[in-house]
Amino acid sequence: MKKLITLIVAAIMAVACCFGLTACGGGDDKTVGEVQIPAVTSQNVNQFDNVEIASDFKIGVICLHDKNSTYDKNFIDAVETAAKALKLSNDQLIIYTGIPEGSECETKANELVGLGCKAIFADSFGHEDFMIKAAKANPTVQFFHATGTKAHTEGVSNFHNAFASIYEGRYLAGVAAGLKLKEMDQNGLIKDTNKDENGNVKIGYVGAWTYAEVISGFTSWYLGVKSEYPNVVMDVQFTGSWYDEVREKSAAEMLISRGCALISQHADSMGAPNACETAGVPNVSYNGSTINACPDTFIISSKIDWTYYFKWIIASVGGDAEAVPTDFAGTIDDGCMVALTAINGDVMAEGTVEKLVQVRKSIMDKTIRIFDCSKFTVNGEHLTTYLADVNTDADFTPDTEVIKTEGGITYFAESELRSAPYFDIKIDGITYLNVAY
Amino acid sequence: MNEAKNVREPLFHVARRGTVALKRQVWARVIAVFGGLITGSLICLVVYGKSPVEFLWRLVYGNFKSMDSVWNLLRNTAFLLAIGLALIPAFKMKFWNLGGNGQILMGGIATVCCMKYLGGILPDVVVWLFMLVSAVAAGMIWSAIPAIFKAFFKTNETLFTLMMNYIAAGIVAFAIKKIGGKGTTGSIGVIETAQLPVLFHDSFLIILSVALLTVIMTLYMKKSKHGYEIAVVGESENTAKYVGINVRKVIIRTLILSGAICGFVGFLFVGASEHTIVTEETLAKTGFTAFTAIIAVWIAHNDPIATIGASFGIIFINNGMPFVKATLGITEDTVANMIIGIMYLFVIACEFFISYQVIFNRKNKNALREM
Repeated sequence: MKKLITLIVAAIMAVACCFGLTACGGGDDKTVGEVQIPAVTSQNVNQFDNVEIASDFKIGVICLHDKNSTYDKNFIDAVETAAKALKLSNDQLIIYTGIPEGSECETKANELVGLGCKAIFADSFGHEDFMIKAAKANPTVQFFHATGTKAHTEGVSNFHNAFASIYEGRYLAGVAAGLKLKEMDQNGLIKDTNKDENGNVKIGYVGAWTYAEVISGFTSWYLGVKSEYPNVVMDVQFTGSWYDEVREKSAAEMLISRGCALISQHADSMGAPNACETAGVPNVSYNGSTINACPDTFIISSKIDWTYYFKWIIASVGGDAEAVPTDFAGTIDDGCMVALTAINGDVMAEGTVEKLVQVRKSIMDKTIRIFDCSKFTVNGEHLTTYLADVNTDADFTPDTEVIKTEGGITYFAESELRSAPYFDIKIDGITYLNVAY
Repeated sequence: MNEAKNVREPLFHVARRGTVALKRQVWARVIAVFGGLITGSLICLVVYGKSPVEFLWRLVYGNFKSMDSVWNLLRNTAFLLAIGLALIPAFKMKFWNLGGNGQILMGGIATVCCMKYLGGILPDVVVWLFMLVSAVAAGMIWSAIPAIFKAFFKTNETLFTLMMNYIAAGIVAFAIKKIGGKGTTGSIGVIETAQLPVLFHDSFLIILSVALLTVIMTLYMKKSKHGYEIAVVGESENTAKYVGINVRKVIIRTLILSGAICGFVGFLFVGASEHTIVTEETLAKTGFTAFTAIIAVWIAHNDPIATIGASFGIIFINNGMPFVKATLGITEDTVANMIIGIMYLFVIACEFFISYQVIFNRKNKNALREM
């Protein structure tokens, strides 16, 4: 009898697990409530559609994780789209997934050269040193590295860095979140528990590391929120990992329990979005839409769409397009890397789409500067000068003045002197609950 | 009478087989390896619709497509083998040292610190010596702690060594923060000073050192008095006590050896290959951890020479798989990892059934009916 009961219990648990999994996973083709944000054309970005690509050209891509990481999926999807657009055959694109930030990266890069790749791309910060080594060993092959910081000072002519002015996209996502907060406030959904002692509404952020790329991201996001809903303060919890589902989930839960009325994150797993969906707290995502898993809480996500950069690599190395610069920062122009996903029509506040189009236009016209020094304070004062660590060295010495004045606006010139972000200032209104260097 | 009827036996029990003829053993293994490969390729067919022949061909070709691939195959085999050699004495003694990863990481940290803080100040040869000694010492300390507790307080070594892994991982995270400083996000970059010398090829020094280690460990296990004592303690502690072996001393001494070799692996991995701090993720993604080494040692029945073959087989699959994925356009690792797991399972199951047999109990059929 006991055995029978055990069997039944085991069977029930197995079935429950299956259901549990499908519930978390969600379907891929569900599009209910997605609203596209119309394009704003300021200048035509060359999409290299007519470039002839050599039939023996091959591009190799090295990814830290596989498609299950939203970060790497973003790159894989982009290079596949680019390869398709430029009519590359399956043999012309080779992707290695799960490559650690160690000598294995160099080994795989050399291997890709051996397989005939003329352009090699790596997607993770820690790959950089190993890519540089491979670039030095293979001077006839072009190497590209996302998020890296060394190309503009290293002087290796076939090694390139790239990033995008994603802080502009973050700002826009922040605007959508600010409008949502305003609407929640009007509908009486903001409780006293959501406010701090000064009556400001608390929002939360799950960050990976206390590192310029992350700080720049959440500061621009926060400034976007603040532009629509001024009485707001933000708590940031760092996880100390780019990808840690459990820690990201518990960080989000902790922020929610502290009263944060809205959450965003810069970490690559579904941990934080899922925690928000469970608690019914609106969430702004990063690197891709989470609407399928979180239909009731996902608002919008900004992302770097690498398709343009991959197209450029293929067209310049495999065709006759102009060479990719040593250090390139994608912009918010249509089709040039900084992108917003479709917005969730069921969760967004009314008028969000129109507002986003308008703000985006102002960013393109440079009538809005994201890090406008008059819009934020550091220890109660507006910034007038700041030395950032733009040129990488072992001790992270600040070396370059980054406060500029243009068109009557004094601003922090992020991603202008180097593609990878260097905004690393803690501004007033943002509280770090912990740090992770 | 009634009592006898109520005695319930398990459905089946496992018993040790007698000796199986060598020929049969070889056949069993060949069938298991091919069974694993075929099952793996069938899963690939079902999930991705890629032909099994393509799969198998690419798995093999991925290992031999260039000289670099071959070097890489040998190098990773050497690393896995070296970790296996560290585990063998402990496992032979039935001390389940699951702390290999932690011991390697500690050796790695010691090496990195020497490279970073002594490199360029002292002559390279002196720094190399410091790296070697400190890495081996770090590994030793990490294994000696659980060994002492086991020998004197009968603490459970599996849990203890596992916990030591977590502490080591924590120390690695701390070291990254300390060495890298602000803005490092989990990596400290390549250290250019005091890298181990390159002889003929990047991997040659590694392979040579492990080859020497294999010879030494084989002699140690099979020919030395220490090796014999380890075997006796493993078979029966009471026998060991009866014949006058100091069991505590053997346990501690063996584990220190085990940790020392793991520390040495950390030294080689950091000094001759990575030149930067090594995390558990680096080990796992590069293709060998102390847990994979357990599989190798288990398949090889704690025999150092057989571990060479087992390590080679495991690395062969691990190294071939990325090429399979990359060239078949598979950008999702879960199924690939599952296929690797299934291939391991076939071989492990084969070794199990060579040593043991499952006997179904007739009587129990009646018991089942009653239920």
